[in-house]
Amino acid sequence: MIWLRALVAMLIGAPVLVGVGLTLAAAWGADWAAVLAQPGLWGGLRLTLVTGIGATVLSLALSVPFGLWIMGRPWAARWLAPMLAVPHAALAIGLAFLIAPSGWFGRALAQVLGWAVPPAWPLPGDPYGAALVLGLVLKELPFLLLMTLASASQVDVTGQMAVGRSLGYAPGRVWTRVIWPQLYPGLRLPVFIVLAYGLSVVDMALILGPSHPPTLAVQILRLYTAPEMRQAEASVLAIGLVAMTAALAGIWWLAERACTAFGLMALRRGRRGIARRWPGSVVMAAQGGLFATAIAVLALWSISGSWRFPDRWPEGLSLALWARGDWIAVALRSFWLGLASVSLALTLAVAVLEGEHRAGRPLRLGAIIVAPLLLPQIGFLQGLTTGFLWLGLPAGPLAVIWAEVLFVFPYVLLSLGGPWRALDPDQLRAAASLGAGPWRQLWRVRLPLLARPIAAAAAVGFAVSVAQYLAVLLPGAGRVATLTTEAVALASGADRRVAAVYGLAQAVLPLLAFALALAWPAYGRGGSGGRAP
Amino acid sequence: MTLELHDLCLTAPGAAAPLFAPLSLRIAPGEIACLTGPSGVGKSSLIAGVAGHLPRGFVLSGQVRLNGCDLLTLPPERRGVGVIFQQPLLFQHLSVADNLAFGLSPQVRGRAARRAAVAEALERAGLLDFGPRDPATLSGGQRARVALMRALLARPAALLLDEPFAALDPYLRAGIRDFVAKHLRAAGIPALLASHDAQDAAIARQSLAIAPFGTGR
Repeated sequence: MIWLRALVAMLIGAPVLVGVGLTLAAAWGADWAAVLAQPGLWGGLRLTLVTGIGATVLSLALSVPFGLWIMGRPWAARWLAPMLAVPHAALAIGLAFLIAPSGWFGRALAQVLGWAVPPAWPLPGDPYGAALVLGLVLKELPFLLLMTLASASQVDVTGQMAVGRSLGYAPGRVWTRVIWPQLYPGLRLPVFIVLAYGLSVVDMALILGPSHPPTLAVQILRLYTAPEMRQAEASVLAIGLVAMTAALAGIWWLAERACTAFGLMALRRGRRGIARRWPGSVVMAAQGGLFATAIAVLALWSISGSWRFPDRWPEGLSLALWARGDWIAVALRSFWLGLASVSLALTLAVAVLEGEHRAGRPLRLGAIIVAPLLLPQIGFLQGLTTGFLWLGLPAGPLAVIWAEVLFVFPYVLLSLGGPWRALDPDQLRAAASLGAGPWRQLWRVRLPLLARPIAAAAAVGFAVSVAQYLAVLLPGAGRVATLTTEAVALASGADRRVAAVYGLAQAVLPLLAFALALAWPAYGRGGSGGRAP
Repeated sequence: MTLELHDLCLTAPGAAAPLFAPLSLRIAPGEIACLTGPSGVGKSSLIAGVAGHLPRGFVLSGQVRLNGCDLLTLPPERRGVGVIFQQPLLFQHLSVADNLAFGLSPQVRGRAARRAAVAEALERAGLLDFGPRDPATLSGGQRARVALMRALLARPAALLLDEPFAALDPYLRAGIRDFVAKHLRAAGIPALLASHDAQDAAIARQSLAIAPFGTGR
């Protein structure tokens, strides 16, 4: 299977390595004085740390009690996947339309308090980054909850809960003292992904974060796209962001050990705790409600006619903007890019999993596969674009597809890996004893049996692809317009209605993919086969 | 400390008739009562019902009184009823000693006292040097002993045992059975043992066979 490892290393590992390497090279001759004198550098650094760490810690902290709450409520867990499918940018735009002074909340307050002009609150884009943290938490909490549930499927939660309670512990205590710590190893990688994402997010930071100064990642993007050549300075900061992410991951790891030690000390004291009525339903409803309202308000803006300030509803509805149809070509481009990157990623994932199956052991690709998710995107995507140029791959759709595959492939592999490895080996043995060779086993037995998990993995990958911002902007040199790049560009524009059209289309496209995956017929077992991730 | 079951009746989800005829039982302190009956008759569900872990949909009627106090209205953690399950269900991420420390009653205060109590329990289980070990490295019999010690360290007012020997190798059962009987008597609490193995009834003072509803007792 050496060729398979080489293939993954070349398609996924090499671009990341080359990207970081060329960014480092570009940073070499930088004028350090100019970098450090960059206005807003230190404010941006503080903001990046506060929002990145804040969103990660808050999401994880909320996921602990919510994890317990959602364990016993499968109906609530079903809403996690659609929330995961909605891209960060679409949620950010919807949220901005809610919390802005002339947004829905402002209008509701104005109706009650009799304001004639919008209030002067600095939202979105408050200097503390609170709106950005809120947006990140709304989006990352469902992700961490889904990962908690996936991790919990490996542990006998019901039995351990019964043991803990029969020993006199309140349910919350059993969860935090003994069950959740067993789930955490499965959450570590997702948490690091959330941390790296929060520290380097650009699209959400452009929409919800402050602009004077913006976060470090936004400053880097501005330098990269500045008309005067400031690549070297940008590269220095990009490498700095990579180093900072690595350092924070190290600190996180140390904090983890400290928490484990504290947890063990608390466990040994044996305090039983008291059962509290935890308002889980209320807080969860707030999260889900805010999320859904943000998307609903996008839909409303996209069809609104004139909508003056204190009015709660627009004066009239109009489909004129949708009818204009300029979004269709852009949506189709997002669709084709997604289809291409998912096809490639899915083929590669099937190759890796089948290779692992035939080799009879894991292929030890670990770090290569998740590296694109654990590094700040802006730390290597510009370097990668340079690398593509050297390869003779000009900035454009092909470069974008390759860049997207870097982020789509890990999610497709993680999502397909579980069901793939869980497939009953007897089915394959039965096929083999009927004379089916390895290829026939793959095509006629395994792939049909895994039709639904494959459809689900494809939907996850498609959502990841549609949501990409930097992976389109940089390798496309700004000339490839997708729903995401257009929505982000329009979000700060004057016309909310146009931004809403693109934002909603961006949210709906991956949701359609998820709906299609859910409707995908399972092989033979009347819709109950397979396991969606 | 007496455990009394009075006219206890259990109905499975969606079923019209109860699983078995109303059941009454009185277990004195230090006494072991054994419920026998074929598998599937509802012994495990009955134990779960008394402990408060009944799966959703089951209906338990009748009364369970411990020291005169009605149990069925209390949440499981306030019933003071320890449970030994079919599987020892040791926490895999904790050492053997920490599994015991988790069980140890909060009434034992102070780090030194708590450590000593855990060490004593290990010694009584014949596992003196096993404290730092990973539970996964223990044999089935050793795990069963740790599970019993963990339950007893919580100082329950009564103990329920749901087929505690069923998952053990046959040649281990007699030894563990005696170990359990000895420690239960020493603890001086009422114990209710559910088993489909007639030999388990030997350690019990009283034994009650339950039969599916309608077939008579």
